[in-house]
Amino acid sequence: MNLLSFRGGIHPPHSKEMTEHLPVEKALEPEIVVIPLQQHIGAPCKAIVEVGEKVKVGQKIGEAGGFVSAPVHSSISGTVKKIEKRMIINGTGTCIVIESDGLNEVHESVVPKGDVETLEPKEILDIINEAGIVGMGGAGFPTRVKLSPPPDKKIDVLILNGAECEPYLTSDHRLMLETPEDVVYGLRAVMRVLGLEKAYIAIENNKMDAVLSMKEAAKEFTGIQVVVVKTKYPQGSEKQLIYACSQREVPSGALPMDAGAVVSNVATMSAISKAIRTGMPLIERICTVTGDGIVEPKNIMIKNGTRISEIIAQAGGYKGEPGKLILGGPMMGFAQFTDDLPSTKTTSGVLVFTEEQARLPEPNPCIRCGKCVDICPSFIQPFAISAYSLNGMFDMAEKNNAMDCIECGSCSFICPSKRPLLHSIRMAKREILSKRRKTK
Amino acid sequence: MERKLIVTSSPHIRSKEATDKTMRDVVIALVPATLAGMYYFGFQTLIVVLLAVAAAMATEAIIQNIRKQPITVMDYSAAVTGLLLALNLPPEVTFWMPVVGSIFAIAIAKQAFGGLGHNFINPALAARVFLIASWPVEMTTWKFPVDAVTEATPLALIKGSRIVPESVSIFNMFIGKIGGCIGEVSALALLIGGIYLVYRGVISPRIPVAYMGTVAVLTLLYGGFNFNYMMFHLLAGGLVLGAIFMATDYVSSPMTAKGQIIYAVGCGLITVVIRLFGGYPGGVSFSILFMNVVTPLIDKYVKSNVFGGVKK
Repeated sequence: MNLLSFRGGIHPPHSKEMTEHLPVEKALEPEIVVIPLQQHIGAPCKAIVEVGEKVKVGQKIGEAGGFVSAPVHSSISGTVKKIEKRMIINGTGTCIVIESDGLNEVHESVVPKGDVETLEPKEILDIINEAGIVGMGGAGFPTRVKLSPPPDKKIDVLILNGAECEPYLTSDHRLMLETPEDVVYGLRAVMRVLGLEKAYIAIENNKMDAVLSMKEAAKEFTGIQVVVVKTKYPQGSEKQLIYACSQREVPSGALPMDAGAVVSNVATMSAISKAIRTGMPLIERICTVTGDGIVEPKNIMIKNGTRISEIIAQAGGYKGEPGKLILGGPMMGFAQFTDDLPSTKTTSGVLVFTEEQARLPEPNPCIRCGKCVDICPSFIQPFAISAYSLNGMFDMAEKNNAMDCIECGSCSFICPSKRPLLHSIRMAKREILSKRRKTK
Repeated sequence: MERKLIVTSSPHIRSKEATDKTMRDVVIALVPATLAGMYYFGFQTLIVVLLAVAAAMATEAIIQNIRKQPITVMDYSAAVTGLLLALNLPPEVTFWMPVVGSIFAIAIAKQAFGGLGHNFINPALAARVFLIASWPVEMTTWKFPVDAVTEATPLALIKGSRIVPESVSIFNMFIGKIGGCIGEVSALALLIGGIYLVYRGVISPRIPVAYMGTVAVLTLLYGGFNFNYMMFHLLAGGLVLGAIFMATDYVSSPMTAKGQIIYAVGCGLITVVIRLFGGYPGGVSFSILFMNVVTPLIDKYVKSNVFGGVKK
C-alpha cells in the first residue's frame, strides 16, 4: 500500500500499548470542578454567573470575550463557590469553582437542536459557537473561527485529523473505535458549514482497527474518504497532514486556509455531534492517563474542570515517586510542577514519567551530523537557528527562518548530542515576536 | 504538593542515538578494512594502528586536561581519528610516524580549533597531508602485498597513461591485492563497512555515491569510454576509503542534502584533476581537505526551501 506522508519526521516509540485496547471508562463524578475562563487560543471569557448562584449541567457560565474566543459551560450541577485566579496549565487564570450538589441536573437550554440535513449552515455554526467547541487536538483554537474563513479564501480541502501521532496518547483512537458515528455526524455538519461535498479522515497505519471502524461508519457517505497515512511523527501536524492528503504546502507564515484547507480533530467532530444531537455543549472529553509513573493506565471520560490529581487517583495513583507530569503527549505536551490543576477542553492526555525517565541527558557539542536538518518537517536548519539563538543573534535566527518552526520537537528528539534545539529555537521565536511587536 | 516534579520544555523524550554510539559504529565499520590491511601487509600494521589510536586518545586526554574540559576520550571520536590516520599510512611506515601524525591530528587540527565538532577539516586527513609534506620519502614507499617487493602503487604506474597496464588486475584491486596504504587497498572490505554505516543510519549514501559517481563519469569520459580504465580509477588509491569514511565526516561536510551533493561532486572533480594532471599520483586527501574548507561557504549559500516557501 502506498501510504500518504510528508517529508522528514521521526519514529519515536509509540508507547501506546498500555491503553490502546482499554475501553473508555466514565470518571467518578467530581465533587468540585474548577473551570478556567480561558481554555482556548484567544480572549478569555467573561464570567456570567456570581458566587452563590446555582448552576446546572451544560449551563453557560462564561461568555466569549471576543471574536476569537469560545464560551465555557458548567460540567456539573451545584453552587458557584468562588470566582478567583488559580493555577491553570501554563500559568494562572480566572476560574469558576463549582461545588457539586450530586444531582447532575441538566440545564433547560440543553435540548436537541435538529438534524444536520435540515439545519442551515449558519445555524450549525451558531450551535458550534454556543457549545464552546474548540480544537480538541491540543491547541484549542475556537472551531467557529476556523470554520468562518474570510470570503476571499476558498476552502476545498477538509481533513479530519485522526493521526494521533503523539506517543502514549490513545484518546482519539478509542473515540474512533467506540463512537465512530459521532465523528462522521460531526464531520457532515462541518462539510455543510463549509459547503463541501468531500472530506478526508486521516488515520495512521498503526491504527488499522480505527481505519476499519471509521470506514464502516462512513460507508453511506460517498464524499467521506478514510485515508491511511504513514505512522510517523509529526503526521498529525496540520501543515504536514494537509501535504500528505493533498500535496499542498501551506505558504510559509500563512494559515491552512491560505492553502484552501481546514484540518480539525476527530474529537472536535464528536463534540459537534453531541452539541447538535443532544444540545449538550463541550463539557467532557476522553483523556488518556498513562505513563510508567501511573499504577493503572486508562482512557477515561472526564468532566471539564476535574482536577488532574483526581484524574491520576482514578488511574490508581502514582506508581512510586513521579518525576514528570505532562499534560498532552511527550513530544509537544506541557510539563507541570503541580497536579493541583483543572483539566480543560484540550486535556487529551495526562502522562506521568518516573524520575529516571524525567531526567534529560546532558548536552554535548554539536557534531554537525545533519540529522536535525534531514528530519525537520519544516525544512529549516535547527542546528543553525539554535546556535544563533544561544549566541543572542536573533536577527540571524530570523533570517534562517526560525519563524517557520512548528515546534514539533523532532530535532531535539533525534539529536545524538542531546542538544536543546527546540528549546533554543523557541527562545529565538519569542525574541523575534517581541521585537516585531515593538517595531509595529 | 511537596513532590519534586521536573519541568522542562517539550519534547520530553529523546532518541537513543548518541555521539559515542555513532563513533563506535564507525570503528566497527573500519574493522574489515583493518583486518584486510593486516592480511595483506602483515602484523606490523596492527602495531601502526594501535600506536596511532593510542597517541590520538592520549593527546585528546592531555589537552582536555590542560584546557580543564571534561575528558571525553571514551567517546571513540579520537579513536576514529587515530584509526583513520593509521589506515592512511603506508604499511612499512616507521613507528614514530603514526604517533606524530595522531598528535598533529588531535592537537592542531581538532583541539586547537575547539575540540569535537569544531574542526573545520578532517583531522586524520590533515595529519596525513602534514606527514606527506614533511616526510615525502617515508610516506610514499610502498610494499607490494604477498611477495613483499617495494614498488609503485597502481596509480603511480598509470600516471599520464589512458590504458590500464596488463600487469594490473581489476579483481585484485577490488579485493585488495595491490600496493597502497594499510586501509585503502581492499575496496571489498571498505564497501562492507560502508554498507554497515548506511544500514545503521550513521551516514547517508549521498556523499560516497556522488563522489565516486563523479570520478566514474569523468574517468569514463577521459578514458574514451574504457570501462576498465574507469574501474581502475574507482578502485585505485584512497578513493573508496576517502569517499565512505573521510568525506562523510560530519563536522567537515555540509549539512543539507543539496550541499552534500555539491561537496561530493567537488571532491570527485578535484580528485580526477589531481590524478590526471597533477604532480601527486593520488588526489583524494587533497580534494577532501579542499572541499572541507569550502564547506562553510556551501552551508552559507545552499539552503533547502522551507516548507511552504517560495519555490525558486
